[in-house]
Amino acid sequence: MSQRREVWITGVGLITCLGEGLDATRDFFACGAPPPYDDKSFAPYIVHTLPPINFDKQIPKKGDQRQMEMWQRIGVYAAGLALGDAALAGKPDLLDHTDMIVAAIGGERDIPVDTAILAGVRAAEKPGAFLNERLMNDLRPTLFLAQLPNLMAGNISLVHGVVGSSRTFLGEESAGVDAVRVAQARVAAGQSEVTLVGGASHGARWDHLLDFELGGALLKEKFAPVWDRGPEGGIAYGSLGAFLVLESADHARARGARPRARLNAVASDRNKRQPGDIEMTLGRLWQTTAAQVDGGHAAVISGATGLEPATSAERHALTQFGLPVRGSGTYIGHGIEAQFPANLAIATIVLEHGKLFAPLGSGDGGKNPEPLDQIVVTGVGAWRGEGLALVERIH
Amino acid sequence: MTQSSAAGTASAKNTKYLDKAGRPLVAVTGIGVVTSLGVGKSDNWKKLTGGISGVRRISRFPTEALKTTIAGTVDDVYQDYMAPAKLSECIALLAGEEAIAQSGIGSKGRFPGPLCLAPPPLELEWPSRFKMAEMAAGNAPAGYPDLLRVARNFGQKFGAFRFGIIGERLAEHFGTEGSPISLNTACASGATAIQLGLEAIRRGECEAVLAIGADGSVTPEALVRFSLLSALSTQNEPPQQASKPFSKNRDGFVMAEGAGALVLESLAHARARGARVLGIIEGCGEKSDSFHRTRSSPDGKPIIACMRNALADAGVGPDEVDYINAHGTSTPENDKMEHFGVAAVFGERAPRIPISSNKSMIGHTLTAAGAVEAAFTLLTLEHQRIPPTINYNVPDPAIVLDVVPNAARDARVHRAISNSFGFGGQNVCVVMAREPA
Repeated sequence: MSQRREVWITGVGLITCLGEGLDATRDFFACGAPPPYDDKSFAPYIVHTLPPINFDKQIPKKGDQRQMEMWQRIGVYAAGLALGDAALAGKPDLLDHTDMIVAAIGGERDIPVDTAILAGVRAAEKPGAFLNERLMNDLRPTLFLAQLPNLMAGNISLVHGVVGSSRTFLGEESAGVDAVRVAQARVAAGQSEVTLVGGASHGARWDHLLDFELGGALLKEKFAPVWDRGPEGGIAYGSLGAFLVLESADHARARGARPRARLNAVASDRNKRQPGDIEMTLGRLWQTTAAQVDGGHAAVISGATGLEPATSAERHALTQFGLPVRGSGTYIGHGIEAQFPANLAIATIVLEHGKLFAPLGSGDGGKNPEPLDQIVVTGVGAWRGEGLALVERIH
Repeated sequence: MTQSSAAGTASAKNTKYLDKAGRPLVAVTGIGVVTSLGVGKSDNWKKLTGGISGVRRISRFPTEALKTTIAGTVDDVYQDYMAPAKLSECIALLAGEEAIAQSGIGSKGRFPGPLCLAPPPLELEWPSRFKMAEMAAGNAPAGYPDLLRVARNFGQKFGAFRFGIIGERLAEHFGTEGSPISLNTACASGATAIQLGLEAIRRGECEAVLAIGADGSVTPEALVRFSLLSALSTQNEPPQQASKPFSKNRDGFVMAEGAGALVLESLAHARARGARVLGIIEGCGEKSDSFHRTRSSPDGKPIIACMRNALADAGVGPDEVDYINAHGTSTPENDKMEHFGVAAVFGERAPRIPISSNKSMIGHTLTAAGAVEAAFTLLTLEHQRIPPTINYNVPDPAIVLDVVPNAARDARVHRAISNSFGFGGQNVCVVMAREPA
């Protein structure tokens, strides 16, 4: 078990406000356009919404689509893209032992039902009985299944046939980091040959926005790059889906799959979030990885959320790395659980094309290394959890 | 301490601490339990083997207009209004403290390994929504945009709805290492927490893991959701007789609360510090189902594969299992399929292996079930006594199993398997045994 195996990324599925798939993302970055965001639909809050998606392409049965809420559809769609990219889609003999770890939130609500209850309860003689009656009569039975966190994974099993194993991690950004960490470690240790890992978020909803606004975490009124939102700033909730196929090099070779990149290491930790904690933890995570990084040919893709004080603390910590930095959240928004997998996907794209996206905001900086061989991906949670991964180009 | 996928401290090389596959053996050195039967394993075990039910009429909220008005609530801990996040945290804490105290591992506030936690899915609760609506609009109707307007000043900054919150607080309290993992595989969650811990120790990432499943989420909406899926028993009178796994008149599960905690430790580490070994986690198996969101595949393949994977991971054959701790939810579907799976895996022996359902007494503790029932399985191994399946008065002729009906039984139990089968097709089985001679 102590023998560590090489872990390849053999499939990537990504949908963000920049578009669908690796080529669309690359093309967007290549043209240097400003970040697309929506400050009207949920004003005063700013969100990054997805372009129209033809879900039929990955979820052919309408019945399946009806059983899912949007966050699940986005995830199942992105998972399908990754499986297709890895040439696993439609191959039951391989999918039978394909493992899965999904980082999820859940809890999309029936907003009209909630709104009617909020209105009616004021006049109700017995509020408790009123609530029971309305819930019994008005909730759609299938909505529960669209709310359960583990049902994104459940739907991926149903729609795409991934049935090796299925685990769902909860807990905001850390869920995404640890999903990738555990998936990588299992493949490296021989506990899995091939694992689908990722997540999805759907920010264009009042109920999800409410959860984050309770913590005063949302960006309002005026858009700015993640680094420059100030103490009153916050996250611009991003709708996105991101999945990776992690695979042992031997398993990939045996089936003739080509690697897009190597996932060398993933590390995570937590702290109490006292002043200085983020810098110390990120510094320690960096120390576990730094020896493997060639400073002249590497860069950082940061998952900075835009919420303070975490964003400034990360920015401060990153200066110690001495590498060029780009914050992806400025472009794709913040997808919570899915952000770390999304940034690994973006790292893969960037490595394949050798080009970082254009710097935007005061925390981005440094020239594009030539050639670009390694990307350090960071994930500092809005309120807890730190993570770091090293993605490498395979020559 | 930082957790890294590239880490790897080799466990003791002494082969008596390794399993047949050359991996570190993983022991259980501490057990903690909270259910509707009580707080702590002593009280729980006494009542569980006494065939006493913890299911009762719901008293914490009005049940008018509900079809199901009973649950296995943890009333010993619940007080005033406790949101599910708070109650789940409280019972996880109690179970964790009991397990750590028995294990004697680490020191106060410093557990030498990570936390793997199965919490319930959390959401903002109705009482909070009602209060925010009042804040935003007084007596006028309020919608979500109104709630958002007042949210920042509502005073629930780290809201009890954040999925990571229970793990974060427990990690802080117990001083576990690294990033706490919170996971959900529906009704298999507690078993998955144990499995993640087992795998981490086998990888050599750590020597110990605190695995906890906790669920304190009996609320009106949670009850309604299960009710609308026709998953719950509606035989409300008398509450104690509603959960009747494997009976012909079974009509659904009883929602319940509880927490189970295990201290997992490499056997080498446990022995080196002279800890008492309560049992060995020999193996875990999982297999997903791609048939349906709430129903298992009619050919039983995923359930069968799950049990077989667990036995294979443990390196044992079906003939070496002395007891099956059933998932046994008391739903028509589950018990039928579980019987089908057991019959296929254990063949001719199937009708003779004792199999009992803890849920007949404590109800279905949902995300905690896998951990609570693993704890009870370990107590079964320790006490050499099998808890019964109570309320078994109308046998289902289609289910030919020795369900240990109605009364506990002394038996020689060296090895047991605990089953967890979840909504969403997520199945996990855990194989446990007494410590090696």
